[in-house]
Amino acid sequence: MSAPEHQSFNTGFSASGLVLARGGRRILANVSLEAGPGEAVLLRGPNGAGKTTLLRALAGLLRPESGVVAFHRKGDETDFDRAGHTVFCGTLNAVKAALTVDENLAFWSALYETSDDRRVEARRVFGLDPYADRAAGALSTGLMRRLGLARLLVAMRPVWFVDEPTASLDAASAKVFAEIVERHREKGGLAVIAAHDALPLAGARTIELTLEAAA
Amino acid sequence: MSAFFALVMRDLRLAFRAGGGALQAVMFFALAGVLFALAVGPDIALISKIAAPVLWTAALLATQISLDQIWRADREDGSLDVLVETSGFLSVAVFAKALAHWLSTALPLIVAAPMLGVLLNLKAAAIGPLVVSLLIGTPGLSLIGCFAGALTVSLTRAHLLISIIVSPLYVPILIFGAGAAAAGASGDPQYAANLMLLGATSLFAAVISPLASAAALRSNLD
Repeated sequence: MSAPEHQSFNTGFSASGLVLARGGRRILANVSLEAGPGEAVLLRGPNGAGKTTLLRALAGLLRPESGVVAFHRKGDETDFDRAGHTVFCGTLNAVKAALTVDENLAFWSALYETSDDRRVEARRVFGLDPYADRAAGALSTGLMRRLGLARLLVAMRPVWFVDEPTASLDAASAKVFAEIVERHREKGGLAVIAAHDALPLAGARTIELTLEAAA
Repeated sequence: MSAFFALVMRDLRLAFRAGGGALQAVMFFALAGVLFALAVGPDIALISKIAAPVLWTAALLATQISLDQIWRADREDGSLDVLVETSGFLSVAVFAKALAHWLSTALPLIVAAPMLGVLLNLKAAAIGPLVVSLLIGTPGLSLIGCFAGALTVSLTRAHLLISIIVSPLYVPILIFGAGAAAAGASGDPQYAANLMLLGATSLFAAVISPLASAAALRSNLD
């Protein structure tokens, strides 16, 4: 299932008429959104506007009440299943505290069926080399977040859904993250990011979600 | 390394590392056996007669302790989302989790069973059937437990609820398991029949539980 390295990505998606609810409460109504290879979409809005809910629905982790999210290749409108094409990186880092940094990365690499180089590459890019053998539970919040985000690189998948990536990162790491997103876009990758902080992404599309959207 | 194998290895590592709780079940099992021996007192004939059913009951209760954590830990740190998005078939991941649970919880317990058997004056001829019945029956316990854990994954404290869910489902395994252990000890020809029914229960759970657990997990994601 895994894409060979250096292969350019070519996946886009279009969501139409999404109605999303959580815990029986309608959060978003009639959301439509389209994005293609190389694009970055920033979701903005006040707390409770439904940014996370929308990301989870796009990633297939939340079933919409109605509406569809269809994935397709550019120039070929045949829809396909998102399985194997998306990575969701939520506010939880999915890091096992009892495992070391390397063990966490290696586990993801096996799960996403990517080569072991990805583990090494992701560790280097996110500046985690000095912490490779440290238990993840002993990392600071910011380092833990970097480890959580490193999963994006390990996974080698075209479509990223990222929730508040920079909330606990220092300025330098936030800049590194923005560069990583830019490199992903150069390869034809697509990123949808919910963020309060300004991310220096060239030509990123911003979508404002409002609290009234569900009304 | 395949994703299946990686998941099993990760869960084993987590279980046997500090705070993982792999030995909790076997400790509970041993304590229950020892306390029971003390409670019955010096009636050796009685204790050796009821040793196998007591050990089976203790094994069943010991397995229940860790069911709550099978999925909850993964849900609380976000790993469950990763499992869902990387599993072409979520039921395969469920099977891996159940296998890891069996290896870390039931297998130590089966290894300890002969020693506890000696403590409870179980006849030498009865130890073999006890171990065989545990080997065949406990995979069913882990699989059914996985399903109960998946059903309750979104609740913060579900120990009691899980026990209520699994207890009726565990009854066939307890009856055939304890039955096989007793029949095997006395050379009763029903030994084989009991073992076959026990195996059938485990196999049934092996088919149904991964599918049912995957459905339960998906509906609990929302």
